[in-house]
Amino acid sequence: MDKFRMIFQFFQSNQESFMNGICGIMALASTQIYSAFDFNCPCLPRYNLAYGLGILLVPPFILFLLGFVLNNNVSMLAEEWRRPQGQRGKDPAVLRYMFCSMAQRAMIAPVVWVSVTLLDGKCITCAFCTLVPVETLGNASHPSLSQGDMKRVLARIPCKEIYDGQELIANEVAVRYLRCISQALGWCFVLLMTMLAFLVRSLRPCFSQAAFLKSRYWSHYIDIERKLFDETCTEHARSFAKVCIQQFFEGMSADLVAAHCHLPRKAAGDAGEATEKLLGITDWDTMNMVLKSWHRCKPPLHLHPPALPKSGLCCGGCQGRHYQICKTSFLLPRAQCWAVLWV
Amino acid sequence: IMDRFRMIFQYFQSNSESVMNGICGLLTLASIKMYTSIDFSCPCLPQYNMAYGLGIMFVPPIALFLCGLILNRQSLVMLEEWSRPQGHRKKDLAVIRYLCSSIMQRAMVAPAAWIIVTLLDGKCLICAFSSSMDPENFVDFASASPVQVQQLLAKVPCKDEELMRNNTSRKAVSRYLRCWSQALGWSILLILIVAAFLTRWLRPCFNQAALLQARHWSNYIDIEQKIFEETCCEHSRLFAHKCILHFFESMRQEIELHSFSLSREGEGAEEDQGLLRGITDQDQVNKLLKMWYYEKPPLDVSRATQRHPLGQETSSLPWAHSPRTGSKFPQHTDV
Repeated sequence: MDKFRMIFQFFQSNQESFMNGICGIMALASTQIYSAFDFNCPCLPRYNLAYGLGILLVPPFILFLLGFVLNNNVSMLAEEWRRPQGQRGKDPAVLRYMFCSMAQRAMIAPVVWVSVTLLDGKCITCAFCTLVPVETLGNASHPSLSQGDMKRVLARIPCKEIYDGQELIANEVAVRYLRCISQALGWCFVLLMTMLAFLVRSLRPCFSQAAFLKSRYWSHYIDIERKLFDETCTEHARSFAKVCIQQFFEGMSADLVAAHCHLPRKAAGDAGEATEKLLGITDWDTMNMVLKSWHRCKPPLHLHPPALPKSGLCCGGCQGRHYQICKTSFLLPRAQCWAVLWV
Repeated sequence: IMDRFRMIFQYFQSNSESVMNGICGLLTLASIKMYTSIDFSCPCLPQYNMAYGLGIMFVPPIALFLCGLILNRQSLVMLEEWSRPQGHRKKDLAVIRYLCSSIMQRAMVAPAAWIIVTLLDGKCLICAFSSSMDPENFVDFASASPVQVQQLLAKVPCKDEELMRNNTSRKAVSRYLRCWSQALGWSILLILIVAAFLTRWLRPCFNQAALLQARHWSNYIDIEQKIFEETCCEHSRLFAHKCILHFFESMRQEIELHSFSLSREGEGAEEDQGLLRGITDQDQVNKLLKMWYYEKPPLDVSRATQRHPLGQETSSLPWAHSPRTGSKFPQHTDV
């Protein structure tokens, strides 16, 4: 288990390996989707081409976009691209590197889909069955049909059950021919893509390796900086909330003592830490008052320094930063506040 | 954290060869699975058979070979070592040769597996060479006209053809070609295994010391690169940390300069006040977030270490340089 944990941590810490993992999963997902998909050729002259080419080209486009969507770095790239320059220069090489690495990973699933579709052969059979060379493959002795009729007959090639042109051209011959062409195209496509990938990968170290190292470092830096900034902000927010709430309770406690609404229940000699934490709020009514005050009149997002406690009750427009001003304006509406809270 | 990294590196040091062997094995299995799952359909037409048969036999191995090269991490290492300028470190050609040969050996396994499986299965060879058989040896074909003979021979690989279904001559041609195909397949397999065996067995007899050196230094180059990448990651993490702290600090100072608040008192007294870093207001937080987007701080943390309030002993990072440094004080722009 230890080894697995180490491996998992290694992959998590290394952003690129993690993205490679997602890439591989998407490629497998695309093969699964293809095999689960029920291919139904319409077997009609004009619809065949549209259906076949649609199945061949639309899902790869969707998978490509999905590859970008699932990549966390897209928002990072957009942010880095759109931010104002300010004091930090923008390096277009870094942007290019980020975009290229994302595009490369996003291309894998579509390429897998197109390869699998071509190697399987059903799409091309459906799309191009009307273009089968009847003169060379078919029976020469068969009386010729009009163009429209010929097309209608040929369009039914993928659907064996309704095919009625057996005398014109045998179904198996046409299907074998089309599938052979499709597989040839498929393997050529696969070879082309692998050769392209190989060239991209192997030529890069021979040219501009130093610039590549620079771009990679700074793109990692931007990623890490963003994550650390989010962490720092979260930390800050937590401290902010803690101090705000603490000041709220202290303010309520001070107010209760000042207003003499109830006698503080501090028992003599009871100097425990727990008693201090209760801040004088020690009975049912008082606690309810505090909770109502929290709901009806949340404190402003403005922390006072610890030496100067502020009132826990805020009455309408008292958002001032200066304690003196607040204190004077409290005198009048205070009665109203109490009336509201006791309800 | 360093402990964890060290454990991970030791793991990979002992097993980087295993990782690559694993990838090689996976690729081989993938190639066999691909062969069994792809529907092989010979076109059974005179001009197309040969092209299709030989294409299926030779094009996928090339693609698998290139895949094997791409997926192998060592190929990048080798190319970098080969194309780098000499500088202070001499280039050892023996190391590059060792890397090259080990990469090629691993990359050749999947293509060889494909070719052998294809030959042992026999369909490819039957498809490719059925048209080139001599029709005299087979009863049904000997009596047909030359044009017809070509057509009939081309249809041999397709068992479902109505003409061919129960034709004994078709079966004879098929069996004959399959026998040749399997013989070829088994011979190639035997030759490859004998070659591998001899290479491994006889290698220690020649130049073992040079081999050990080459292997050690190729391993070294690999690990050095990994550690360099990890160190760069660590460094950028520290850099980012300092940069952000510096940013919060400069925001705090600006707020103190411009506002009348009494935040000087009670500073550093509580841990929470320290974490708040002097930013204690909704407006201040909003301003900080706006500044972060509109004016990111310059990539220069050398000033941060000199001005650190608690005087921690962080020395100015030797690599702390940025593409463009802003040396003037941050301009405060009210947006």
